[in-house]
This record gives sequence, C-alpha cells and structure tokens, in this order.
Amino acid sequence: MGGGGALTAPVSAASFVDRLFAAGFDFFAGVPCSFVGPVIAELERRVCYLGDTREDAALGVAAGAYLGGRRPVVIMQNSGLGVSLNALGSLHILYELPVLLVITWRGYQGQDAPEHLIMGAVLAPLLELFGIPHRDPEAATVLADVDWAAATLSATRKPVALLVKPGLFAEHA
Amino acid sequence: MTMTLRDALGLIVPHLGDEVCVHANGFLSRAAFAARDRDTSFYMIGSMGLASSIGLGIALARPDRRVIVFDGDGNVLMNVGTLATIAATAPSNLLHLCFDNAAHASTGGQQTISDRVALEDLARAAGYRWAGRVESGHALAALLPEFLARAGPAFLLVRIALGPPGPPGPRIPWTPPQMTDRLRSALGVA
Repeated sequence: MGGGGALTAPVSAASFVDRLFAAGFDFFAGVPCSFVGPVIAELERRVCYLGDTREDAALGVAAGAYLGGRRPVVIMQNSGLGVSLNALGSLHILYELPVLLVITWRGYQGQDAPEHLIMGAVLAPLLELFGIPHRDPEAATVLADVDWAAATLSATRKPVALLVKPGLFAEHA
Repeated sequence: MTMTLRDALGLIVPHLGDEVCVHANGFLSRAAFAARDRDTSFYMIGSMGLASSIGLGIALARPDRRVIVFDGDGNVLMNVGTLATIAATAPSNLLHLCFDNAAHASTGGQQTISDRVALEDLARAAGYRWAGRVESGHALAALLPEFLARAGPAFLLVRIALGPPGPPGPRIPWTPPQMTDRLRSALGVA
C-alpha cells in the first residue's frame, strides 16, 4: 500500500502513549484500525483501553468520563467518523465536552481499498465543516502535535482531531 | 390504573439521593426535569441512544459515585451494543432504568419493537448482574428500594403507558454547557 506519508521511521507507540499521558490524557476508548494497532496494543498493555462496539458509543463513554473529571481520547478509523457525526454535533460540540479524536486516514491520497476512498477524500473537509481543528502529523511532528491538541482542547473545550496517515506507527495490513 | 412516565418518575424521585442521573433525550428528560431537578442530573437534548454510554463513562471515571441511567425503549434499541459493553465492563455503581412505552413518544408515538423484544432479556443475556421488569406502579414501588441498593450493572424495565400527546414538561432551561459545568462542579472536578 502506497500512502504518501513519506515516513522513514515509524513513531513508537510507547512514545506516543507516553506523550498523551504527559499532556494530561487519561481515558482511552475506541474501535480499532490496523493503522493504530500498535497504539491500542500499548494502551491494552497498560490496562487503560476500553474497546467499544461503535465509535459513537465510545464517544458517549468519553463524554461521561469527561463529566466525571477525566481527559478522554477516542481512537477510530475514519469510517467511524461517519457513525460519530451526530454524537459530535449534538453532544460534544453542543455541551462543550472536549475529546481528542485519533482518526486513521484510510483512503489517504486515494490509495486504499475501494470502501475507504470516499471518506478518505472528504475527511479533512468534513472535520472543517464541523469546526473540528485537526492536524495530520508526520513522524517528526507527532509528539508536538499531541501537545498542540491538548492546548487546543483546553482553550476551546471542543473536539480536536489527529489524523493518522499510513505508516505513522508501524507497517499495516 | 396504568402507569405513565410521570407516575413512574413520581415514585422514583423520592428515593434518590446524590446519585448521578443521566436522562435520555426527548420527553424523558423533560418529564424527569419536571419531576425533580438536581445538580447531579444530566439531560440529553440530542445524541439519541447514548445515555447508556454516557452513564457508563461516568461510572467508570467515578467509582465513588452511584450512576443511574434513565433510558427509553427507543434509545436502548438504538444502542443495543452498549448493553454488551456495560455487561463486559461490569461497573458495580451503574443502574439502568428503561421506561418502555413501546413507542417513540417524542416524535408522535410511532411504535418501536419492544412489544415483541423484551429489552430486560437482552440485558440479562448480555450479562448484567441483574435484570427485571415491572408493569405496575404497585410493583415498581415494591421493588424500588431493593433495586436502588443493588450492585450493578442492573437493569430494570418499567413498562409504562404512552402518555397524552404533547410534552410532559418544559424544555430544559439550562444551556448544554451549563449542564456540563454544573455536573462537573457537583462532582468536584470543574
């Protein structure tokens, strides 16, 4: 699979998760994608990941966790963003419930299986329509981008997204 | 004779203490607000289906607090998977009430399928620690003290009649961000 990330060395999942904790994130839920397999494995190793049945349900759990005082992260494939739009619009954005979205970018630059191409093409504009700030980190920037996401969440109290391009964390299927 | 949502809530609220109560969107939130409002009440005005997920998140984040989800049959059917997630994570501080009128009351009373699918059976099959049903005010009043003291996750289906047309209470006067802030304040985290 091609991908245009031009990444020479994947980021270690452990360093990414360490940076999330250092930035204050402490509650993790989601639905998996192979692009973030190593991240989920690292969170499971630390016994702090809730695998949910659907992405919008994971967002609901994250909303509750924030109400209870935690700082949540929800991990999903971009296909799950389609499932999540109502939760983001009528729960998180409406109630000002911050959540860091770690969304994999299937269909990046049109290089992927056919079911990913439409969402891959509209991912960034879709987030912009919803007013969700986002970055798509390179290996060299991802740790700083975690800090940017944490600062933006605190300032806006609304969702922020990091888009995971192919090869950021490891080889994928 | 037949119990309405208002009747059921009227029986329940005198038993409530400092539990966090998450109310599903629609008429349920409005009726619950009319019955009794507290700083630990959270009312959804959107994101149908997710009351159970939100309650689960609070229960996991705050094991020191009891959490009660006030759900409806349409909401439970929209997010059946979360019955399984709640059963799998098994928070002992989470109770799940489902007010079942077999209808989408807020949108005009269109039928749901809960007259043919027993939602408490789904919760029991998923693995809730306890699940049951009551179909009268008398039965609800008799069961409430025991239910509210149970270790969760526990699911009680309260069969109610479809109420009269029109909303059962005022719109929630709090803005959504105000609801966020007051619950977090009540939980000492704002």
